[in-house]
Order: sequence, then structure tokens, then C-alpha cells
Amino acid sequence: MGLKSNLHNLKEKYKGTKMAPAFNALHTFLYLPNETTHNGTHIKAADDLKRTMNTVIMAMVPCLIFGMFNAGYQHFSALGAPVDFLSWDAFYIGLIKVLPLVIVSYGVGLGIEFIFATINNHEVEEGYLVTGMLVPLIVPIDIPLWMLAVAVAFGVVIGKEVFGGTGMNILNPALTIRAFLFFAYPTWMSGDKVWVHGAVERTKEIAAGANVDAISGETILGSLAQGHHIDYSLSDMFFGFIPGSVGETSTLLILLGALFLIFTKIGSWRIMLSAVVGALVMGLIFNGVVSSGWITETSKFYTLMSTEFWHHLIIGGFAFGVVFMATDPVTASQTNKGKWIYGFLIGFLSIMIRVFNPAYPEGVMLAILLMNVFAPTIDHYIIQGNVKKRMKRLKVKTA
Amino acid sequence: MEHIELFFKSIFIDNMVFATFLGMCSYLAVSKKVSTAVGLGAAVIFVLAITVPLNWLLDQYILQPGALSWLGAEYADYDLSFLSFILFIATIATMVQLVEIIVEKFSPSLYNSLGIFLPLIAVNCAILGGSLFMQSREIPSLGLATTYGVGSGIGWFLAILAIAAIREKIRYSNVPPALRGLGITFIITGLMAIGFMSFGGMLTGGDEEGLKEGDPVKVGVSAPDSEKELANNTKEIN
Repeated sequence: MGLKSNLHNLKEKYKGTKMAPAFNALHTFLYLPNETTHNGTHIKAADDLKRTMNTVIMAMVPCLIFGMFNAGYQHFSALGAPVDFLSWDAFYIGLIKVLPLVIVSYGVGLGIEFIFATINNHEVEEGYLVTGMLVPLIVPIDIPLWMLAVAVAFGVVIGKEVFGGTGMNILNPALTIRAFLFFAYPTWMSGDKVWVHGAVERTKEIAAGANVDAISGETILGSLAQGHHIDYSLSDMFFGFIPGSVGETSTLLILLGALFLIFTKIGSWRIMLSAVVGALVMGLIFNGVVSSGWITETSKFYTLMSTEFWHHLIIGGFAFGVVFMATDPVTASQTNKGKWIYGFLIGFLSIMIRVFNPAYPEGVMLAILLMNVFAPTIDHYIIQGNVKKRMKRLKVKTA
Repeated sequence: MEHIELFFKSIFIDNMVFATFLGMCSYLAVSKKVSTAVGLGAAVIFVLAITVPLNWLLDQYILQPGALSWLGAEYADYDLSFLSFILFIATIATMVQLVEIIVEKFSPSLYNSLGIFLPLIAVNCAILGGSLFMQSREIPSLGLATTYGVGSGIGWFLAILAIAAIREKIRYSNVPPALRGLGITFIITGLMAIGFMSFGGMLTGGDEEGLKEGDPVKVGVSAPDSEKELANNTKEIN
């Protein structure tokens, strides 16, 4: 008797009872289901929803592993005892810090999904698989686990389950979770201490009288917003050897994930491309403002405005947000023309928020949330436009 | 520049619905269909664009302490500001009546679909709120008052447009029975307000009071504080 048949027996045993969805979900998560999905927007191949979700997770795994290495690397560099990037020491620190984040995120989120499925008597939906993976990648490494648990509970219940579960939500659940953390516990989500493991404890030690040096792990955007200059090289920024949220630092691996998603036709290339164009346009406008001398060097927006326009793409969470969260098929615009507008505005707004709103250096999260709010409006007008066009064609034909 | 800044602020940063939660009654009641929402939103823009400057004139030349000095030196001590509520609402009621007559004449279908809500604009808190914010934030000129009125109207319009489209979309969602209707609409409004918080503190750097150039910008203003600041943001313009 293998695990598979055991699970199958359990599933059969509980068939028709309240607990059935829970066992069904376990069974189909580990083994292939016997049936494919019957309906939904994703039908264009024989994939079921779980396959779609797993593809996105596969695209994110490199970022996660890189994030683990980077967490340890940043930790040791900040402490003044740098180790090799690909060393066991670095990976070990990252592993013991990141793994709990993943476990809490999946544990709480899936737990709530199971409860809701049991109460509402429907199958456990797969939507949380991706969200649960995204969440650990977009939070600072030192976030207390209970905060993460509270935020995940909020995001899954208010952001998704009240709308009826996967595929019905209006805001991206992962971003709802991050926004909740950001506004509810700002001291743990921003500032110069939270991005490197150990910086917070070190501050406490100093406050308690220990004789050690303070360490800081400001993100690039954070220090730019305060008008400091940064001493990271471009290749560091591109490959990701910089402080930041766990998975967002390596533009290279995100780019690989993007290509993978586009190749498997799961992420929309229209949104990614137009968001990049939008960001470049806004960056060029700001560069133009600086070079034409409309803004003085003493202005608090000067440092961020004068950042080369294409640097914006590789610092902060822009690339990660655009590739993995703006392309969320549920909350993005559904029409092709709408996707261009939606993506463009995301890029445009995120750079604008970055520059004009130093309190929120992570513009991309809020820009995506804002465009999630307006995506149905965009769709509505695109569809109305199409209806009108076809009506006209019909009239010409029949006349 | 002043105008652009105030315009942008009144649309996004001090959005009537998401920053001050004004005008909720018609916002919740008339947002089931996009077309009706657009009609009501347009009516609100129109009424705000007219009443705010009108009330600015009233405030400037009749109500403020010392506003009556143009009548002669002996009137300079009068302070009629206790009359502002009644005068503002009278102006608003008149203007709404006017809009109603115009809409009935030119667009009977919109008139029918708006139904009772058109007269209700008279008591829409966003309209009176616009005039009262104009007064309390001491907007300095007639032109700026008009900009403020139009901007707040557009902000309200965008809010009701977005929620109407969302409500059309979630009509097919399997919302728990207890939350159907108003319950889920309130939740959506709250989530939308999170989206709109991206603009909170924009242009001012999140901390307008006592921020000297060169001071480190405070990162991560706590939410309740920044909301209070939001309510008073336009004061900082003059």
C-alpha cells in the first residue's frame, strides 16, 4: 500500500461528507487528478488550473533560492564579515530565515482555504498556491511571523474569500497582504533596518548598551529618496546583490522567469512590455525636467528624478511586480487593448509614486493595486467600444 | 502650477470618497450600472463646479469675519460665519434644482434613470463637504475655488465609475449570501481606498509640517496620522 492508494482510500471513505474537499485537495495536489477542469477562462490547452499555478511557481523558484543566498550574503556583509555569495554560510542564514516565511504563508493561507472550502462545500481552489509563494518573496526578511500570519489571514479572507474565492477577487491577494503589512506595521516594512537580517537586533543591542557598530541595510530606493548617493554598481543591481525584499532583487532571474511565463503563455507579454514602456516614458519625462533645469538641486525630488531613466527598471521591486503580479490573470485587464493601457499606466504610475512620494518608495505595489481598481473600468469601455464598432459594421452590411 | 497642484490633489490625494468618505449614500446606491454612475458623476462634477465658486464668493464677501467691510467701515466688525451652513445649503439646493430642470429637458432617459437621486444630490455630503472644505482650507482665489470644485467632482466621478465597473464584474462572483449587496460594496470600497492610499502624502513627502530641506524624509507615516494630514492637505498650498 503506497501513499497514493492510502490517500485514495481516505478520499473514497470521506466522499459525501463535510471533510471531502480537504482530502480531495490533498490527493490532487500530490497526484494527478482523474478529471480536468470543466470551465473557466484558462481553457486553451489540456492544463488544469493547478498546472497553470505550478508553472508560475516554477518561474519563481530561482528568485526564492537566490533570495536565500542573498539574505545571508547581505547579513554577513552588513556585519562586516563578508562571505562568498555562493557559500553554505550565506545559504544557511537565508534558509532558516526564509523557510519559516514560506511555511507560515502557506500554512495560514491554505488553512483558511481549507476551512472555507469545508464550510462552503466546494473544492479547495488552487489560487493560493501562487499567492503563498509570492508573499514570502515580497516581504522584508526580518518581518515577525505573527504579523505575516495576520496579514495573510486578512488578505485571503477580505481580499479573496469574501468575493467567492479564486478568480473572483478584484485586488491581487499577495499585494493586498503586502499593502496591509505596509500600512498596519510601517516600522517593520520600511526604513533602513528591516531589509537585512540582524539589523533590528543590532539596534536593540546598541540601545541596551552593547559596544558594537550599528549596521544599516537601506534599499537603494530608500536612500535615493533621502537624497543620498548609492555605491552599488550597475551589475550588482542587475544581478541582485543588493538589500531588498527577499525575492525582488535579482533582475536577471526575474527576467528568466518572465521569459518562461511568456513562453508557456501564462503571463501576458502585453502587460510586461507596456509597463516597461510606461516606466521608461515617465523616467524620460523626469530626466527631461532635470536636464532642462526646471527643478533645483535642493529639491527633495532631485535625486530620484535625476536617476537615469532605465535604472528604475533594475532597482526596487519594479521588475518583480510587473512580471509576477501585474500579470495576474484575475485582477489584470481582460481585454487585449485594455492590457496595453493597464500595463502602461502601471509603469507610468509606479515611477511617479516612487519619485513624488518618498514615504512610499515601493511605488510599484501601490500602482498595481490602483490599476487593479481601475481594470474593470478599462475593460468596460473597451468592450463598449467593440460593441459600438460591430453595431456600425452590422448597419453597413444590412443597409 | 498652483492650479495643477490643487487639481491633482483634489482628485487623487483628497479624493472625496476614499480620503474623506463623503458622499457615500449616492455612491453606494447608484453604482450598480456604469451608465447611471457616469450620469450621476457628471451631475456631481457640474454641481460642485458651480457651487464651490459661488459659495466662495458668499464666504468672501458676506460670511467671513470682516467680509462686509466693502459696505462701509462701520460694517467691518460683523462676523456672519454662523450663517454659512444655511447659506451654503441654500445655494446648493438652488443649483441642484437648476441641474434637474436642465437634465429633464435635455436627457429624459438620464433623468428617469437617476430618479430620486438627482434631488438627493442636494443633500449629498460631498457637495456640502466641497464648500465647507473650501472654507476651512481657506482657498485664496475664485479661480482656485473653481479648480477645487471641478477636481473634487472628478475625484468623486472616478470613484463611482470604478466601483460601478467592479460591481458589474462581480455580479458573477459567488459572494457569500450574507455579504451580497451593500456588504461586499463596503468591503470593495475599503480595498479601493487602500489602492488610493498610494497618493497619500504625495508632493509633500508625507510630512508637511516643519520639514526643512535636507532633513531626512520620514519613511512610513502611520496611517491614522496621514489621514488626518490628508484632510488638511490643501491648507498647505497658500
